[in-house]
Amino acid sequence: MFTPDLRVWSKAGLAALSLSMAGMTLAADGPGLGMPVTAEQLAGIDLIVLPDGSGLPGGSGTAAQGKGVYDAQCAACHGAQGEGTQGVPALAGGTLTGTPVLMTVGSFWPHATTLFDYVRRAMPPTAPKSLSDTEVYQVVAYVLHLNGIVAEDLVLDSASLPQVQMPNRDGFIDRSQEQ
Amino acid sequence: MSDNNKNAHAAALERVAGNGLLSRRHLLGLSLAGAGALAAESVLAAEAPTLSMPAWSRSPGRGPSEYGNPSSFAGHIKRLAPPPSASLPGGGASRTPLHLLQGIITPNSLHFERHHAGIPDIDPAQHRLAIAGLVRQPLVFSYEDLLAYPMESRILFLECSGNSGGAAGPTAADTSVGGLHGLLSCAEWTGVRLSTLLEEAGVLPEATWVTSTGADGASMGRSIPLDKALRDVFIALYQNGEPIRPEQGYPMRLFVPGWEGNVSVKWLSLIKLASMPANFKDETSRYTELLPDGKALQFTFPMGTKSVITSPSGQMALRRQGIHEITGLAWSGRGAIRRVEVSADGGRTWADAQLDGESRPLALTRFRLPWLWEGAPAVLQSRATDTVGNVQPTRDVFLNTYSPANRYHFNGIQSWAVSAQGEVKNVYA
Repeated sequence: MFTPDLRVWSKAGLAALSLSMAGMTLAADGPGLGMPVTAEQLAGIDLIVLPDGSGLPGGSGTAAQGKGVYDAQCAACHGAQGEGTQGVPALAGGTLTGTPVLMTVGSFWPHATTLFDYVRRAMPPTAPKSLSDTEVYQVVAYVLHLNGIVAEDLVLDSASLPQVQMPNRDGFIDRSQEQ
Repeated sequence: MSDNNKNAHAAALERVAGNGLLSRRHLLGLSLAGAGALAAESVLAAEAPTLSMPAWSRSPGRGPSEYGNPSSFAGHIKRLAPPPSASLPGGGASRTPLHLLQGIITPNSLHFERHHAGIPDIDPAQHRLAIAGLVRQPLVFSYEDLLAYPMESRILFLECSGNSGGAAGPTAADTSVGGLHGLLSCAEWTGVRLSTLLEEAGVLPEATWVTSTGADGASMGRSIPLDKALRDVFIALYQNGEPIRPEQGYPMRLFVPGWEGNVSVKWLSLIKLASMPANFKDETSRYTELLPDGKALQFTFPMGTKSVITSPSGQMALRRQGIHEITGLAWSGRGAIRRVEVSADGGRTWADAQLDGESRPLALTRFRLPWLWEGAPAVLQSRATDTVGNVQPTRDVFLNTYSPANRYHFNGIQSWAVSAQGEVKNVYA
């Protein structure tokens, strides 16, 4: 005979409560085995940065500070001025309607926060997540500066980075509701 | 066979479109005249030699084994994999050899791959899936936890948004259907509905998007709307009955039915509910479709209505004149396949192909049509229609919609030219 597990039942009850709070009517149908965790406990694996800046860590950096990081960590593949190399995307310059089309951080990317998010989680490819948050701010500032988007001495941090106006910020048509 | 017999044979076949397309009724055995003609062809072919007992019937064979492998004579059936990338270690793609397979299910060893930082070697005992963000109670699940949840199985295609991108290029590449369209596979996927886990964590009213990242070196991330996540998205744990392969995200991946493959985040480790999409690199810089005016479409999720003939197809050769089966695959990210038409004259005339079995929503559908090839040049095409009325566009219509730089979501009609010598080639027609 099935013996109710009090832990499971209490959690299922909590889940049902949360559903009613969310205005949803679906009933929880799982065994309720998830372990409660805090945002602090997830900080080591949660690298998601939203366009409004939420998720950005402490620290700061300027393009002037970022040149050294870029030259050491990025230039070999992306080129000294972000011009790209064979098979590796260019980071600077570019055009969306000329010939040839060249989509770069400067010509195409709509949010500066994306650059921070991506560099922190995935770059450099041989050692992703090896840069400190400060180094990421610095090198993001440098790549934006290569594109003429920020001044060499502008301090990027969790408050100023989301305020950076990308040239192509209005260049995207959201189709997410066409499902 | 004699010329007289040949003529009588050909006359008995029911032609349904130009350049030798025959009625699908010949496949079903519904036309006695046609079936008789098909039988007559084999009877009248060159006489077979006397058969003798082969060596393998004169000794016992190999015994049972713990994990099977294909025949050593089938060793050429492999994914089309490029050499390793120097600049992006572990990155790149391998393609399913669609020209060497039949039916709709892709064997696990041949499922296409697309990685952004290689395949992590994940110990499931140490792997965790966290659900966080705009939820009442953030939760962490182990692999073993998820195995205890109610599961469901669905046969679903998975197609990379960049599949067939080569067909949008300026010149028609001399390649196979796998080389051109092989970022496409179909499997039975089994797992736990995401809605079950989200209900347990308690979705807050302000949540509208689900962002997810994987445990690979790139921690690749994507965002999908919450309504889709609650509708039919699941955490896939099994692929064709066995635990999903490392290259498919072992021990767990998100599976988003019908949508571009990249959103089905592999090695899934974090699901975070938010009030906006994260605008990850792979949903801004990549996996967006540039238009002629420089604007770009973002979050184009369902894969387009599409079909491709897998045989005869690029780099194949017809060795004889006579009846051949034209067969291929059709699919749509918005429903099931209702109809596939085939042309042998470059789209001037069309005939309805036979669909194998029951057409499933968001799965591959196999189609077939008999074709009498009498040695004339031909251009073979297929055109799919789905259950919500979408019709596969021509290549030109597709290309005119986008910037020349766009390589995503290509679903234009594929043309294979058959020469008088029987050589089959990718062409733009």
